Amino acid sequence: MSSIRHHIPESLLASYASGELSYAFSMVVAAHVSMCAECRARLVTHETVGGVLLDEEHHSTVTSGLRSRVLDMLDTPQPVRPAPRRMGVFPGPVAEALSYGEPKWRRLGAGVRQTVLKRSDEESVRLLYIPAGQAVPDHGHNGLELTLVLQGAFSDETGTFGVGDVEVADDELEHTPVAAEGDACICLAATDAQLKFNAFVPRLLQPVLGI
Amino acid sequence: MSQKSGEMSEQTVWMLAVRDDRNKSAFAALFDYFAPRLKGMLMRGGLQASLAEEVVQDTMLAVWRKAHLFDPHRAQVSGWVYQIARNRQIDVLRKERRPIPEEMRGDDVQEDDSLQIVALEQDTARLRKALQCLSPEQRTLVEQAYLGDMSHSELHAQTGLPLGTIKSRIRLGLERLRRELGNEQSL
Ligand SMILES: [Zn+2]
Repeated sequence: MSSIRHHIPESLLASYASGELSYAFSMVVAAHVSMCAECRARLVTHETVGGVLLDEEHHSTVTSGLRSRVLDMLDTPQPVRPAPRRMGVFPGPVAEALSYGEPKWRRLGAGVRQTVLKRSDEESVRLLYIPAGQAVPDHGHNGLELTLVLQGAFSDETGTFGVGDVEVADDELEHTPVAAEGDACICLAATDAQLKFNAFVPRLLQPVLGI
Repeated sequence: MSQKSGEMSEQTVWMLAVRDDRNKSAFAALFDYFAPRLKGMLMRGGLQASLAEEVVQDTMLAVWRKAHLFDPHRAQVSGWVYQIARNRQIDVLRKERRPIPEEMRGDDVQEDDSLQIVALEQDTARLRKALQCLSPEQRTLVEQAYLGDMSHSELHAQTGLPLGTIKSRIRLGLERLRRELGNEQSL
């Protein structure tokens, strides 16, 4: 776990904490945080900022029935969303998206396979399976792409990425990731064409958070 | 109520009483504290009053039902409640389940260390002070980001503000908080 060297950028953690991030990127953040104590601590820090602001939020009086209704419901069992659980190499949030079943791989050629978890006009998130030594097929993307390694490793012009590492690539980066020797490389890859990189608030909080 | 209250905030004391003793009057106190604030946040985020109250209800019931997961060494009550409410708000607004991380705390309840809990609260108090030192414009932007409507469009239009100015003014980080949170988890 402590061998993770490439983490989630601060601005994405802040956007995840505050709820701005798309489904696809939220999946990568939640998966990485499940594997990385350091980023979890950083995420909690942003949630603490949210909590401090919530403490000072102006009050909006709730209707009188709400309190008694909630108190009355305490003893009524109700389904709660279970916390996601890890399944093999898949961190909890990915396993949950797979409904705790094996991925339904589709062949892309040259032994590379993928499973789409969600795809829309703006965003996509999928699992990629790349045999050892194989290059990732050309995958042009608009906007930002995040790739989280779940098994094996890959390297490209910018460096080597092992289990838990996240590569952040904007559309200017021309890269050809190649899976390392050994285990096949399994990655979680997400794109978001709409993301407006909001580096602004984190920069504002930089001195506050000591980041 | 709970065993070691020391200098813990009343929210923490209430929350531990809910977690450890399933204490309903402590829960009612948490409700009275958080419900109006949560409704304020949700309405700022664009929810109608009735829908906002539904999310308040879901959030507070989740606080009751997930209380065993609350770990005062790692999280402040307000931050923990904030995160539950934000998750619920997103599920309601986007009609999809927001991906969330695995939980760290299982059923292996550790002994509460009140010194460590209070130290975390003191760090948070420093953070609170630092946030109070922001100029009104900066404060508004931060509030909009963390409490607002999650659309990340308006923020972008306002990036013309002088940002560098505060860097020198505020020098109270949460580095220690982070370090402790990090250590806690690598045990
Ligand atoms: Zn990390």
